[in-house]
Amino acid sequence: MTNLQNLLKADKITIARAITQVENGTDPKLLEEIFPHTGNAYYIGITGPPGAGKSSLVNAIVPKLLENNKKVGIIAVDPTSPFSGGALLGDRIRMNDLALNENVFIRSMATRGSLGGLASKTKDVALVLDAAGMDYIVIETVGVGQVELDIAQVCDTTVVVLVPESGDAIQAMKAGILEVADILVVNKGDRSGADRLILEMKFAFELRAHNTDWHNPILKTTAIENIGIDELVSTIKSHKEHLEKSGKLEIERKNKLTLRVNELIEERIKSHLHEYVIDQKQLKKMIDKAYERKITPQYIIDEIAKKIF
Amino acid sequence: MEKKIRILIGKPGLDGHDRGAKVIAAALRDAGFEVIYTGLHQLSESIVEAAIQEDVDIIGLSILSGAHMTIFPKILDLLKQKNAEHIIVIGGGIIPEEDIKKLLKMGVKRIFTPGAPTNEIVYYIKSIIH
Repeated sequence: MTNLQNLLKADKITIARAITQVENGTDPKLLEEIFPHTGNAYYIGITGPPGAGKSSLVNAIVPKLLENNKKVGIIAVDPTSPFSGGALLGDRIRMNDLALNENVFIRSMATRGSLGGLASKTKDVALVLDAAGMDYIVIETVGVGQVELDIAQVCDTTVVVLVPESGDAIQAMKAGILEVADILVVNKGDRSGADRLILEMKFAFELRAHNTDWHNPILKTTAIENIGIDELVSTIKSHKEHLEKSGKLEIERKNKLTLRVNELIEERIKSHLHEYVIDQKQLKKMIDKAYERKITPQYIIDEIAKKIF
Repeated sequence: MEKKIRILIGKPGLDGHDRGAKVIAAALRDAGFEVIYTGLHQLSESIVEAAIQEDVDIIGLSILSGAHMTIFPKILDLLKQKNAEHIIVIGGGIIPEEDIKKLLKMGVKRIFTPGAPTNEIVYYIKSIIH
Protein backbone atom coordinates (compact mmCIF):
# COMPACT_ATOMS: atom_id res chain seq x y z
CA MET A 1 0.00 0.00 0.00
CA THR A 2 1.58 3.27 -1.07
CA ASN A 3 0.09 5.26 1.78
CA LEU A 4 1.82 3.04 4.28
CA GLN A 5 5.09 3.48 2.42
CA ASN A 6 4.72 7.26 2.51
CA LEU A 7 3.92 7.04 6.18
CA LEU A 8 7.05 5.03 6.83
CA LYS A 9 9.00 7.67 4.92
CA ALA A 10 7.64 10.23 7.37
CA ASP A 11 5.91 12.28 4.71
CA LYS A 12 4.17 14.93 6.80
CA ILE A 13 0.96 15.23 4.82
CA THR A 14 0.49 11.44 4.90
CA ILE A 15 1.18 11.31 8.64
CA ALA A 16 -1.27 14.15 9.28
CA ARG A 17 -4.02 12.48 7.27
CA ALA A 18 -3.41 9.10 8.85
CA ILE A 19 -3.79 10.73 12.27
CA THR A 20 -7.10 12.29 11.23
CA GLN A 21 -8.37 8.92 10.04
CA VAL A 22 -7.35 7.26 13.28
CA GLU A 23 -8.88 10.06 15.30
CA ASN A 24 -12.17 9.90 13.46
CA GLY A 25 -12.18 6.10 13.22
CA THR A 26 -12.69 6.26 9.46
CA ASP A 27 -10.09 3.67 8.48
CA PRO A 28 -10.07 0.71 10.89
CA LYS A 29 -7.59 -1.21 8.71
CA LEU A 30 -4.91 1.45 9.08
CA LEU A 31 -3.99 0.54 12.65
CA GLU A 32 -3.73 -3.09 11.63
CA GLU A 33 -1.33 -2.20 8.86
CA ILE A 34 0.92 0.03 10.90
CA PHE A 35 1.09 -2.04 14.09
CA PRO A 36 3.97 -4.28 12.92
CA HIS A 37 6.00 -1.11 12.35
CA THR A 38 5.52 0.26 15.85
CA GLY A 39 7.27 -0.32 19.16
CA ASN A 40 10.47 1.48 18.28
CA ALA A 41 9.75 4.89 19.77
CA TYR A 42 10.31 5.82 23.40
CA TYR A 43 7.22 7.40 24.98
CA ILE A 44 7.57 10.35 27.36
CA GLY A 45 4.53 11.80 29.13
CA ILE A 46 4.30 15.31 30.52
CA THR A 47 1.44 15.96 32.92
CA GLY A 48 0.49 18.44 35.63
CA PRO A 49 -2.03 21.12 36.54
CA PRO A 50 -3.13 23.83 34.08
CA GLY A 51 -0.56 26.58 33.70
CA ALA A 52 2.30 24.56 35.21
CA GLY A 53 4.34 25.09 32.06
CA LYS A 54 3.92 21.72 30.39
CA SER A 55 4.03 23.09 26.84
CA SER A 56 6.97 25.35 27.66
CA LEU A 57 8.83 22.36 29.10
CA VAL A 58 8.13 20.37 25.94
CA ASN A 59 9.45 23.30 23.91
CA ALA A 60 12.60 23.27 26.03
CA ILE A 61 13.34 19.54 26.20
CA VAL A 62 12.60 18.56 22.60
CA PRO A 63 15.66 20.32 21.08
CA LYS A 64 17.83 18.18 23.36
CA LEU A 65 15.99 15.00 22.38
CA LEU A 66 16.62 15.88 18.73
CA GLU A 67 20.41 15.69 19.16
CA ASN A 68 22.17 12.99 17.12
CA ASN A 69 19.62 13.36 14.33
CA LYS A 70 16.70 11.92 16.28
CA LYS A 71 13.06 12.52 15.38
CA VAL A 72 10.42 13.63 17.84
CA GLY A 73 6.64 13.45 17.58
CA ILE A 74 4.59 15.57 19.94
CA ILE A 75 0.93 15.07 20.84
CA ALA A 76 -0.55 17.97 22.79
CA VAL A 77 -3.97 17.31 24.26
CA ASP A 78 -6.38 20.10 25.21
CA PRO A 79 -9.96 19.81 26.46
CA THR A 80 -13.09 19.68 24.33
CA SER A 81 -15.88 21.87 25.66
CA PRO A 82 -18.64 19.61 26.96
CA PHE A 83 -21.15 22.29 25.98
CA SER A 84 -20.30 23.03 22.37
CA GLY A 85 -18.14 20.05 21.42
CA GLY A 86 -15.56 22.53 20.15
CA ALA A 87 -12.03 23.01 21.41
CA LEU A 88 -9.41 25.72 21.48
CA LEU A 89 -6.06 24.04 20.99
CA GLY A 90 -3.35 26.46 22.07
CA ASP A 91 -0.34 24.39 23.03
CA ARG A 92 1.47 25.29 19.84
CA ILE A 93 1.76 28.89 21.00
CA ARG A 94 4.49 27.79 23.42
CA MET A 95 6.20 25.50 20.94
CA ASN A 96 7.24 28.06 18.37
CA ASP A 97 10.89 27.10 18.51
CA LEU A 98 9.98 23.68 17.15
CA ALA A 99 7.47 24.64 14.46
CA LEU A 100 9.87 24.58 11.52
CA ASN A 101 12.15 21.77 12.56
CA GLU A 102 12.26 19.03 9.91
CA ASN A 103 12.53 16.31 12.53
CA VAL A 104 9.58 17.40 14.64
CA PHE A 105 5.93 16.60 14.10
CA ILE A 106 3.43 18.33 16.40
CA ARG A 107 -0.23 17.39 16.57
CA SER A 108 -2.85 18.99 18.79
CA MET A 109 -5.71 16.77 19.94
CA ALA A 110 -8.99 17.62 21.59
CA THR A 111 -10.20 15.23 24.31
CA ARG A 112 -13.60 14.75 22.61
CA GLY A 113 -15.33 13.76 25.80
CA SER A 114 -12.63 11.62 27.38
CA LEU A 115 -11.87 12.42 31.02
CA GLY A 116 -8.54 10.80 31.83
CA GLY A 117 -6.29 13.63 30.70
CA LEU A 118 -5.89 12.19 27.20
CA ALA A 119 -8.21 11.74 24.26
CA SER A 120 -9.46 8.18 23.82
CA LYS A 121 -7.58 7.97 20.52
CA THR A 122 -4.28 9.39 21.81
CA LYS A 123 -2.78 5.92 22.09
CA ASP A 124 -3.66 5.13 18.49
CA VAL A 125 -2.38 8.48 17.23
CA ALA A 126 0.89 7.77 19.03
CA LEU A 127 1.12 4.50 17.09
CA VAL A 128 0.94 6.45 13.83
CA LEU A 129 3.87 8.62 14.90
CA ASP A 130 5.71 5.53 16.10
CA ALA A 131 5.27 3.86 12.71
CA ALA A 132 6.39 7.06 11.00
CA GLY A 133 9.80 6.55 12.56
CA MET A 134 9.81 8.95 15.49
CA ASP A 135 12.53 8.09 18.03
CA TYR A 136 10.72 9.84 20.84
CA ILE A 137 7.03 10.55 21.29
CA VAL A 138 6.22 13.27 23.78
CA ILE A 139 2.63 13.35 24.99
CA GLU A 140 1.37 16.36 26.88
CA THR A 141 -1.89 15.89 28.78
CA VAL A 142 -4.58 18.45 29.44
CA GLY A 143 -4.07 20.30 32.70
CA VAL A 144 -4.92 17.67 35.29
CA GLY A 145 -5.79 17.69 38.95
CA GLN A 146 -6.10 14.54 40.94
CA VAL A 147 -7.32 11.51 39.11
CA GLU A 148 -6.45 11.88 35.45
CA LEU A 149 -3.76 9.27 35.19
CA ASP A 150 -4.21 7.75 31.73
CA ILE A 151 -0.82 9.07 30.73
CA ALA A 152 1.05 6.50 32.81
CA GLN A 153 -0.69 3.73 30.88
CA VAL A 154 0.76 5.01 27.65
CA CYS A 155 4.21 6.36 28.44
CA ASP A 156 7.49 4.72 29.41
CA THR A 157 8.60 7.74 31.43
CA THR A 158 6.03 10.00 33.06
CA VAL A 159 7.13 13.46 34.13
CA VAL A 160 4.82 15.27 36.55
CA VAL A 161 5.16 19.04 36.53
CA LEU A 162 4.17 21.11 39.55
CA VAL A 163 4.67 24.79 40.32
CA PRO A 164 5.00 26.60 43.65
CA GLU A 165 1.38 27.71 43.21
CA SER A 166 0.14 24.10 42.93
CA GLY A 167 -0.42 23.93 46.66
CA ASP A 168 1.51 22.13 49.33
CA ALA A 169 2.75 18.57 49.31
CA ILE A 170 -0.46 17.30 50.92
CA GLN A 171 -2.31 18.19 47.72
CA ALA A 172 0.14 16.13 45.74
CA MET A 173 0.11 13.29 48.26
CA LYS A 174 -3.63 12.77 48.18
CA ALA A 175 -3.65 12.94 44.45
CA GLY A 176 -2.56 9.87 42.57
CA ILE A 177 -0.23 12.15 40.71
CA LEU A 178 2.76 11.18 42.86
CA GLU A 179 2.24 7.53 42.11
CA VAL A 180 2.56 7.99 38.38
CA ALA A 181 5.59 10.29 38.53
CA ASP A 182 8.81 8.67 37.41
CA ILE A 183 10.31 12.13 37.55
CA LEU A 184 8.88 15.11 39.41
CA VAL A 185 9.60 18.61 38.16
CA VAL A 186 8.99 21.82 40.05
CA ASN A 187 8.79 24.35 37.24
CA LYS A 188 8.86 28.15 37.57
CA GLY A 189 11.71 27.44 39.97
CA ASP A 190 12.59 31.11 40.24
CA ARG A 191 9.38 31.83 42.14
CA SER A 192 9.24 31.96 45.88
CA GLY A 193 8.13 28.71 47.43
CA ALA A 194 9.86 26.50 44.86
CA ASP A 195 12.57 25.26 47.22
CA ARG A 196 10.09 24.68 50.01
CA LEU A 197 7.86 22.62 47.69
CA ILE A 198 10.87 20.55 46.59
CA LEU A 199 11.74 19.80 50.22
CA GLU A 200 8.16 18.83 50.98
CA MET A 201 7.97 16.63 47.94
CA LYS A 202 11.20 14.87 48.87
CA PHE A 203 9.67 14.11 52.23
CA ALA A 204 6.43 12.92 50.61
CA PHE A 205 8.36 10.59 48.32
CA GLU A 206 10.20 9.14 51.31
CA LEU A 207 6.87 8.24 52.85
CA ARG A 208 5.91 6.26 49.82
CA ALA A 209 6.24 2.52 49.79
CA HIS A 210 9.55 1.67 48.20
CA ASN A 211 8.86 -1.19 45.90
CA THR A 212 11.13 -0.01 43.14
CA ASP A 213 14.82 0.55 42.71
CA TRP A 214 14.21 3.79 40.82
CA HIS A 215 14.45 6.66 43.26
CA ASN A 216 12.13 9.23 41.81
CA PRO A 217 14.20 12.35 41.24
CA ILE A 218 12.80 15.79 41.97
CA LEU A 219 14.16 18.51 39.72
CA LYS A 220 13.83 22.26 39.58
CA THR A 221 13.38 23.97 36.21
CA THR A 222 12.57 27.36 34.75
CA ALA A 223 11.43 26.24 31.32
CA ILE A 224 11.21 29.60 29.58
CA GLU A 225 14.80 30.41 30.56
CA ASN A 226 16.07 26.94 29.79
CA ILE A 227 17.25 26.44 33.37
CA GLY A 228 17.45 22.85 34.61
CA ILE A 229 16.58 21.43 31.20
CA ASP A 230 19.86 19.58 30.58
CA GLU A 231 19.44 17.80 33.87
CA LEU A 232 15.81 16.91 33.13
CA VAL A 233 16.68 15.43 29.75
CA SER A 234 19.59 13.43 31.14
CA THR A 235 17.32 12.17 33.94
CA ILE A 236 14.73 11.05 31.38
CA LYS A 237 17.51 9.25 29.52
CA SER A 238 18.80 7.57 32.65
CA HIS A 239 15.25 6.41 33.48
CA LYS A 240 15.07 4.93 29.99
CA GLU A 241 18.40 3.20 30.56
CA HIS A 242 17.23 1.95 33.96
CA LEU A 243 14.10 0.42 32.38
CA GLU A 244 16.06 -1.15 29.56
CA LYS A 245 18.82 -2.62 31.71
CA SER A 246 16.54 -3.99 34.39
CA GLY A 247 14.25 -5.62 31.84
CA LYS A 248 11.37 -3.52 33.12
CA LEU A 249 10.74 -1.84 29.82
CA GLU A 250 9.62 -5.13 28.33
CA ILE A 251 7.56 -6.07 31.39
CA GLU A 252 5.84 -2.69 31.55
CA ARG A 253 5.17 -2.55 27.84
CA LYS A 254 3.59 -5.99 28.02
CA ASN A 255 1.47 -4.78 30.94
CA LYS A 256 0.38 -1.77 28.91
CA LEU A 257 -0.43 -3.91 25.92
CA THR A 258 -2.47 -6.21 28.16
CA LEU A 259 -4.37 -3.23 29.55
CA ARG A 260 -5.02 -1.94 26.07
CA VAL A 261 -6.24 -5.27 24.74
CA ASN A 262 -8.52 -5.65 27.76
CA GLU A 263 -9.85 -2.17 27.17
CA LEU A 264 -10.60 -2.94 23.54
CA ILE A 265 -12.23 -6.27 24.41
CA GLU A 266 -14.47 -4.49 26.89
CA GLU A 267 -15.39 -1.90 24.29
CA ARG A 268 -16.23 -4.62 21.80
CA ILE A 269 -18.31 -6.57 24.31
CA LYS A 270 -20.09 -3.44 25.42
CA SER A 271 -21.16 -2.48 21.94
CA HIS A 272 -22.21 -6.09 21.26
CA LEU A 273 -24.26 -6.08 24.46
CA HIS A 274 -26.10 -2.92 23.55
CA GLU A 275 -26.67 -3.92 19.97
CA TYR A 276 -27.59 -7.59 20.24
CA VAL A 277 -28.14 -8.78 23.79
CA ILE A 278 -30.13 -6.19 25.63
CA ASP A 279 -33.65 -5.83 24.30
CA GLN A 280 -34.25 -2.13 24.85
CA LYS A 281 -38.05 -2.45 24.79
CA GLN A 282 -38.01 -5.17 27.36
CA LEU A 283 -35.52 -3.20 29.43
CA LYS A 284 -37.78 -0.17 29.35
CA LYS A 285 -40.70 -2.24 30.66
CA MET A 286 -38.58 -3.60 33.48
CA ILE A 287 -37.33 -0.11 34.36
CA ASP A 288 -40.97 1.00 34.65
CA LYS A 289 -41.58 -1.86 37.06
CA ALA A 290 -38.47 -1.04 39.03
CA TYR A 291 -39.62 2.57 39.24
CA GLU A 292 -42.86 1.31 40.79
CA ARG A 293 -40.70 -0.73 43.18
CA LYS A 294 -42.22 -3.99 41.92
CA ILE A 295 -38.87 -5.45 40.98
CA THR A 296 -35.29 -4.51 41.89
CA PRO A 297 -32.41 -3.38 39.68
CA GLN A 298 -30.57 -6.53 40.73
CA TYR A 299 -33.45 -8.63 39.35
CA ILE A 300 -33.17 -6.86 35.98
CA ILE A 301 -29.43 -7.47 35.89
CA ASP A 302 -29.93 -11.17 36.66
CA GLU A 303 -32.55 -11.48 33.93
CA ILE A 304 -30.26 -9.96 31.32
CA ALA A 305 -27.25 -11.91 32.56
CA LYS A 306 -29.17 -15.16 32.04
CA LYS A 307 -29.04 -14.54 28.31
CA ILE A 308 -25.26 -14.44 28.36
CA PHE A 309 -24.12 -17.00 30.90
CA MET B 1 -19.81 10.71 14.31
CA GLU B 2 -19.87 13.87 12.27
CA LYS B 3 -16.41 14.90 11.18
CA LYS B 4 -15.03 17.74 13.31
CA ILE B 5 -14.11 20.85 11.38
CA ARG B 6 -10.51 21.77 12.18
CA ILE B 7 -9.36 25.32 11.56
CA LEU B 8 -6.09 27.10 12.22
CA ILE B 9 -6.30 30.72 13.28
CA GLY B 10 -3.02 32.48 12.61
CA LYS B 11 -1.61 35.94 13.16
CA PRO B 12 1.20 36.29 10.65
CA GLY B 13 3.68 39.12 10.62
CA LEU B 14 4.39 41.91 13.00
CA ASP B 15 1.02 43.22 14.08
CA GLY B 16 0.30 42.60 17.73
CA HIS B 17 -3.45 43.11 17.81
CA ASP B 18 -4.85 39.66 18.51
CA ARG B 19 -8.18 40.62 20.03
CA GLY B 20 -10.04 39.93 16.78
CA ALA B 21 -8.31 36.60 16.28
CA LYS B 22 -9.19 35.54 19.83
CA VAL B 23 -12.83 36.58 19.43
CA ILE B 24 -13.06 34.53 16.24
CA ALA B 25 -11.26 31.56 17.81
CA ALA B 26 -13.69 31.55 20.74
CA ALA B 27 -16.74 31.89 18.47
CA LEU B 28 -15.59 28.99 16.30
CA ARG B 29 -14.94 26.83 19.34
CA ASP B 30 -18.43 27.62 20.59
CA ALA B 31 -19.73 26.53 17.20
CA GLY B 32 -18.16 23.10 17.79
CA PHE B 33 -14.99 23.52 15.72
CA GLU B 34 -11.54 22.39 16.80
CA VAL B 35 -9.53 25.58 16.63
CA ILE B 36 -5.75 25.56 16.59
CA TYR B 37 -4.51 28.96 17.67
CA THR B 38 -0.85 29.56 16.97
CA GLY B 39 -0.33 32.91 18.67
CA LEU B 40 1.20 36.19 17.58
CA HIS B 41 4.05 37.03 15.21
CA GLN B 42 4.02 33.88 13.14
CA LEU B 43 6.14 33.26 10.07
CA SER B 44 4.09 32.27 7.02
CA GLU B 45 6.24 29.13 6.90
CA SER B 46 5.27 28.13 10.46
CA ILE B 47 1.59 28.70 9.75
CA VAL B 48 1.64 26.50 6.68
CA GLU B 49 3.68 23.80 8.42
CA ALA B 50 1.29 23.82 11.40
CA ALA B 51 -1.75 23.66 9.10
CA ILE B 52 -0.29 20.59 7.36
CA GLN B 53 0.63 18.75 10.56
CA GLU B 54 -2.71 19.53 12.16
CA ASP B 55 -4.51 18.44 8.97
CA VAL B 56 -6.86 21.41 9.15
CA ASP B 57 -9.63 21.99 6.65
CA ILE B 58 -9.12 25.70 6.61
CA ILE B 59 -6.67 28.46 7.58
CA GLY B 60 -8.04 31.77 8.87
CA LEU B 61 -5.54 34.63 8.90
CA SER B 62 -6.02 37.82 10.83
CA ILE B 63 -4.00 40.68 9.37
CA LEU B 64 -4.35 44.24 10.58
CA SER B 65 -0.89 45.48 9.67
CA GLY B 66 -1.46 46.30 6.01
CA ALA B 67 0.85 43.49 4.93
CA HIS B 68 -1.99 41.44 3.47
CA MET B 69 -0.83 41.78 -0.14
CA THR B 70 2.50 40.19 0.84
CA ILE B 71 1.35 37.57 3.32
CA PHE B 72 -1.68 36.01 1.59
CA PRO B 73 0.20 35.28 -1.65
CA LYS B 74 3.08 33.85 0.34
CA ILE B 75 0.81 31.50 2.26
CA LEU B 76 -0.95 30.37 -0.93
CA ASP B 77 2.39 29.82 -2.60
CA LEU B 78 3.78 27.80 0.30
CA LEU B 79 0.66 25.62 0.36
CA LYS B 80 1.17 24.95 -3.32
CA GLN B 81 4.85 24.07 -2.84
CA LYS B 82 3.97 21.62 -0.09
CA ASN B 83 1.15 19.94 -2.05
CA ALA B 84 -1.38 21.23 0.44
CA GLU B 85 -3.61 23.27 -1.85
CA HIS B 86 -6.60 21.39 -0.50
CA ILE B 87 -6.44 23.62 2.58
CA ILE B 88 -8.79 26.57 2.14
CA VAL B 89 -7.52 30.04 3.05
CA ILE B 90 -9.78 32.78 4.38
CA GLY B 91 -8.91 36.00 6.14
CA GLY B 92 -10.05 38.93 8.15
CA GLY B 93 -8.77 42.38 8.87
CA ILE B 94 -8.69 45.94 7.73
CA ILE B 95 -8.40 45.29 4.03
CA PRO B 96 -9.50 47.75 1.30
CA GLU B 97 -12.13 46.73 -1.23
CA GLU B 98 -9.78 46.79 -4.24
CA ASP B 99 -7.28 44.53 -2.45
CA ILE B 100 -10.04 42.08 -1.54
CA LYS B 101 -10.81 41.64 -5.22
CA LYS B 102 -7.17 40.90 -5.98
CA LEU B 103 -6.86 38.47 -3.08
CA LEU B 104 -9.96 36.53 -4.13
CA LYS B 105 -8.53 36.27 -7.63
CA MET B 106 -5.30 34.85 -6.22
CA GLY B 107 -7.18 32.08 -4.47
CA VAL B 108 -8.13 33.41 -1.05
CA LYS B 109 -11.63 32.03 -0.61
CA ARG B 110 -13.19 34.87 1.38
CA ILE B 111 -12.21 38.01 3.29
CA PHE B 112 -14.19 39.28 6.25
CA THR B 113 -13.86 42.91 7.24
CA PRO B 114 -14.46 44.61 10.62
CA GLY B 115 -18.07 44.34 11.77
CA ALA B 116 -18.69 40.89 10.27
CA PRO B 117 -20.93 39.00 12.72
CA THR B 118 -19.28 35.86 14.09
CA ASN B 119 -22.31 33.71 13.28
CA GLU B 120 -21.98 34.72 9.63
CA ILE B 121 -18.38 33.45 9.67
CA VAL B 122 -19.44 30.20 11.34
CA TYR B 123 -22.24 29.69 8.83
CA TYR B 124 -19.92 30.41 5.92
CA ILE B 125 -17.29 27.91 7.07
CA LYS B 126 -19.86 25.18 7.67
CA SER B 127 -21.32 25.77 4.24
CA ILE B 128 -18.01 25.38 2.42
CA ILE B 129 -16.76 22.38 4.41
CA HIS B 130 -19.87 20.20 4.43
